[in-house]
Amino acid sequence: MVDLFSGIDQFLKDLLIGLGLQPAFVAVLLKFAAAAVLGTISVSLAIVLIWVERKLVARIQDRLGPNRVGPFGLLQTIADALKLLTKEVLIPDGADRIVFRLAPLLVVASVVAVWAVMPLAPGLIGSDVNVGLLYVISIGAVGTLGVMLAGMSSNNKYALLGAFRTVAQMVSYAVPMILSLLVPTLLAGSMGMAAIVEAQGQFPFLLLAPLAALIFLISSIAEVGRGPFDLLEAESEIVAGYHIEYSGMTFGMFFVGEFVHAFTISALTAVIFLGGWQGPGAQAYPLLGLLYFVLKTSVVYFIVIWVRGTFPRIRIDQMNAFNWKFITPLALVVLMVTAVVDKLAVGGGFTRLAFHLSANGIIVLLTLVALRVYARATRQAQQPAEEIPSPVQQPEAAGG
Amino acid sequence: MTVEQVLFLITGAVTLIAAVMVVTSPRLVHAGLWLIMALAGMAVLFVLLENGFLAVVQVAIYIDAIAILIIITVMLTRAVMRETEPQMNRLWVLAGLGASMLFAGLMAIALQLGATAPASLAAVLEPEAGLELLGRSLVDVDAFILPFEVASVLLVAALIGAIVVAMVPRGGASAQDGR
Repeated sequence: MVDLFSGIDQFLKDLLIGLGLQPAFVAVLLKFAAAAVLGTISVSLAIVLIWVERKLVARIQDRLGPNRVGPFGLLQTIADALKLLTKEVLIPDGADRIVFRLAPLLVVASVVAVWAVMPLAPGLIGSDVNVGLLYVISIGAVGTLGVMLAGMSSNNKYALLGAFRTVAQMVSYAVPMILSLLVPTLLAGSMGMAAIVEAQGQFPFLLLAPLAALIFLISSIAEVGRGPFDLLEAESEIVAGYHIEYSGMTFGMFFVGEFVHAFTISALTAVIFLGGWQGPGAQAYPLLGLLYFVLKTSVVYFIVIWVRGTFPRIRIDQMNAFNWKFITPLALVVLMVTAVVDKLAVGGGFTRLAFHLSANGIIVLLTLVALRVYARATRQAQQPAEEIPSPVQQPEAAGG
Repeated sequence: MTVEQVLFLITGAVTLIAAVMVVTSPRLVHAGLWLIMALAGMAVLFVLLENGFLAVVQVAIYIDAIAILIIITVMLTRAVMRETEPQMNRLWVLAGLGASMLFAGLMAIALQLGATAPASLAAVLEPEAGLELLGRSLVDVDAFILPFEVASVLLVAALIGAIVVAMVPRGGASAQDGR
């Protein structure tokens, strides 16, 4: 409960003031301690997340996953961490030593910093900035910077290529992510995360803006660089991309950073579109709100893993075309339509819900019609080419 | 010495040291990273002035756009990364003298202003009301809507110009850059 956490806060304050420090110093010191606790918990979550992902992806692929180290393979991540800790950290010969070591820190820091504005329970939020969404987006770009520096400082052509592709993908998919994040801002009337969660008391924004939620989820998965968008670390193509020269715990930081980033975007989707800590009885018992938050985040994380295990990897030209020709115009249309409909639907409650759902439905129908027309036009443009006889003899008679 | 003063001194020192390292780093990439630290220090100063909005806008505009643009530009011209020319040329004494005089002038003005400022700056500024006023004035017919719309037209023109400059000419990309 909030009473529990403010009780801990009061106890620590009395303890430190009793030791002779000034109250203002104690407040700042406790803020630093809270930040340290939040950062440690969010990175330590990776131990559980990696196990969950490996088991789930294994089951999707009809195998068992890690099951030797510990009961059900629970200690597998600890074994991996121990291995990574004891490996030698090799720095390539012409590499920029300071930047090489700094890059993984920036990547992990940008992910952990998002947890500072995450509303975990009613009243339990690190820092209620009134532009929380803008903060989330800006800190995400620091991760892009870290990846760029990693590829650049490795003195390796494949790392540089991987870094180019990564920056292209992350910067491209930041555009529909920001556009889709403007929709809950419109619906809630504020950019602050606590205000967005409190505005979902009646309906989660998933019901009011399903298209925006879908666009946000897709572009966030592309931002993290996992799922069908993991061409950045395509082992078979560019041999692990920007972190090719990283070994030992420096690679471990990229590894951990990616999983914690996936969990963080699941948490963001749960907070912004599913209602965060909203649920029956959450206002009265804040710990119940924390439980709802964890449950919703786990559901979205399961969906993210499910998407990763299901779809094949897409190519870079397909990724660019999908972003700039489809997702970004769709996000712009959704934003404009939502802005207009929100002004028209002056009643609260079910009227507003009906207006928004029908507007979204119309957009989906029009998009499907447009896609069908485009597909037919493309197929007809390719028809004459298929009728040219191929110069290669078809070995049908020679086969069995 | 209140906590705010201590935090301000630490942040100011970090920002100043980063700013000095920006201009004295032999490698451009390091200079870019020190620039990011200096800009982040300024964002912390905005937070100390109890204006979270400007701090986040500072991070979003300067660090996410300008600093990343600088580093991408350095990344795309690989030869620049390796050059470590001498940092000072022959005229560094005169340049240092000019900079010191500018600094002295700014300090004189700032100290005169400081004597008339109210004791608690944060209470006077009221960032919440200021933010709403800013939002309303951007769409108010009597205020700044025309510059707002003209700025968006300018941005669209810049976007189109960038695409035209970077576009592969029709008919094949044969003799473009050989990377």
